Amino acid sequence: MDLAFVLQQLIFGVTLGCLYSLIAIGYTMVYGVIRLINFAHGDLLMVAAYIGFFGIVIFHLPWPVVFGISILLTGVLGILIDRGAYKPLRNSPRISALITAIGVSFLLENLGIVIIGGRPKSFPRPALFEGDLRFDQLILPYLSLWILGITAVLLILVLLVIHRTQVGMAMRALSRDFETVRLMGVDVDRVISFTFVLGSSLAAVGGIFWCMKYPAVEPFMGVIPGLKAFVAAVLGGIGSVSGAALGGLLLGLAEVLIVAIQPEWSGYRDAVAFTILIAVLLTRPTGIMGEELPK
Amino acid sequence: MLKLVSVLSLLCLALAAPGWASQPIVIGAYLPMTGGVASYGQMAWSGIAVAKKVEPNVLGRPVDLKLVDTKSDKVDAANAVSRLIERDKVVAIIGEMISGNTIAGSDHAERSAIPMVSPTATNPIVTQNKKYIFRVCFIDPDQGKIAAKLAKDQLGAKTAALIYDISQDYCVALASFFKNEFTALGGKILAETKFKTGDRDFTPQVSRIKSVNPDIIYAPIYYTECALVAKQAREMGLNKPILTGDGAQAPELLSLGGSAVEDVYFTAHFHKDMIDTPRGKKFLELYKKETGAELDAFSAMAADAYFIILDAIKRAGSDDSKKIREALSSTKDFEGVTGAITIKPDGNPIKAMVVNKVKDGAFVYVTTIKP
Repeated sequence: MDLAFVLQQLIFGVTLGCLYSLIAIGYTMVYGVIRLINFAHGDLLMVAAYIGFFGIVIFHLPWPVVFGISILLTGVLGILIDRGAYKPLRNSPRISALITAIGVSFLLENLGIVIIGGRPKSFPRPALFEGDLRFDQLILPYLSLWILGITAVLLILVLLVIHRTQVGMAMRALSRDFETVRLMGVDVDRVISFTFVLGSSLAAVGGIFWCMKYPAVEPFMGVIPGLKAFVAAVLGGIGSVSGAALGGLLLGLAEVLIVAIQPEWSGYRDAVAFTILIAVLLTRPTGIMGEELPK
Repeated sequence: MLKLVSVLSLLCLALAAPGWASQPIVIGAYLPMTGGVASYGQMAWSGIAVAKKVEPNVLGRPVDLKLVDTKSDKVDAANAVSRLIERDKVVAIIGEMISGNTIAGSDHAERSAIPMVSPTATNPIVTQNKKYIFRVCFIDPDQGKIAAKLAKDQLGAKTAALIYDISQDYCVALASFFKNEFTALGGKILAETKFKTGDRDFTPQVSRIKSVNPDIIYAPIYYTECALVAKQAREMGLNKPILTGDGAQAPELLSLGGSAVEDVYFTAHFHKDMIDTPRGKKFLELYKKETGAELDAFSAMAADAYFIILDAIKRAGSDDSKKIREALSSTKDFEGVTGAITIKPDGNPIKAMVVNKVKDGAFVYVTTIKP
């Protein structure tokens, strides 16, 4: 176990962690505002990937245009899901909305199977993201640098939106006290839609980068990353955007490092994420950056 | 009046008579049309569809094919077989394509005494101690042995590293057969890395393999993971030859793997360049005409499963499942698309193995290894 090996694993862990963070931020924002764990979030990743695939491979559009369209359309899909599935249940017990979210997830996955088919497609990787830097034994893929960079920029952007804009203030207020914010005359539905657009767009970016790193696009590809992003959000403190980012990084690092140190556990890799989930829920359910529960 | 009625009723009977004669023979197929190995199921179904065009009738009756999607899942495979037997009342079943799912589905077929022929399930447990389950492909103990010989003798490897899917019966067993034979031949396994179906990130496994520096990597896994392992290995600078099994022969290996899967060798059931039977030649032409695609292993093997069932029904002279089973188990030198097939008493055929490799982005035939 030498320094080069550890550094290499750190690079992979951080890259994977950033991908989880991008998706986790969307989860956490939606939870913060309407107290709903949007299980369909992972499938938005899949939708974005397919739009990207069709745009580049079938319609031969230039990739920046396709990525932009993908992010936009996924954001719109986020609003549609909210308006169609979650809004009617705003005043129902939370479990109803949760079950609806699972239903939307199944719907998206099976629509994918019916419309596009189950066989995996290869996601194209534009030349800008190919290649790597080599330092002696160390390999630093350009794609990893891009992922890290874009995640940092988007994280800062989201934090700015939440803390420095009016709609961000409304989002924070909604997560404190839903009813009062309504009474204050804030257009709650607009704020919620905005939250969904923001979260879904981030999931789209995450999906596109995920597919550039792991190029197999298929209808169920969003399930596991979605679940892991959920774990990351819980780990960092559900409701907190910086918590989600931190949780994502920690989860990515843990997954890669634990398997690198103990190769016999490589088949149980997913178990790492879910063990962390159970441990967090048992010991500190509000997560790393969440507030302590009142004793 | 009576005369009119009797003439009319005789006419009706006469019109209905062809209906009796052409009561269809129902054959079921449970295939993975979606999920992790969807490619196999879809290729198989296209093969069976063309085979049905070649032989649409048997014993003067039309064949009625019932398809159920197993979603590449064991539980759904078992349910699919139940459905075919109970609801569709099939007399024989084609399927499944992968060992794990076939083992799951075979139980019900065995208990209900419905013969089942798998096109490509290679794990020995599929037919072990079962009377009604057959296959038209070689089995993994042989595949592992041949792969080990190939690695050691042809590819000159003294050391190897394994990477395989621990959630698939096929991968686990084939890896262990290879390991046993490779070490018996004097080779050394330097590392054994694992993952689960659906995993997409293989960087820890590839790092580990890279650190032990083997002569060859044996990856008896399915096409999606194989392509991604190859891709990630090449990206990480691990350029050792990769040897894999029959599970790799799907077009997705090429489309997902790109240049990373060049020179990947694999043991396989079939390549269209090794066809040497009249039925095979005819089928090759018709397949190209009907689908516009090149004939692949899974379509050809599934077609053979269909043809062999029809041949058994013909020899049995009836659609009684027990008689079909007797006829299947006495299949001798049946000229299939993929070669001559003789079924042994244990339900497995005596079958040659083919070695293919990926060259210039296509599957290229290397050699045949006779049984």
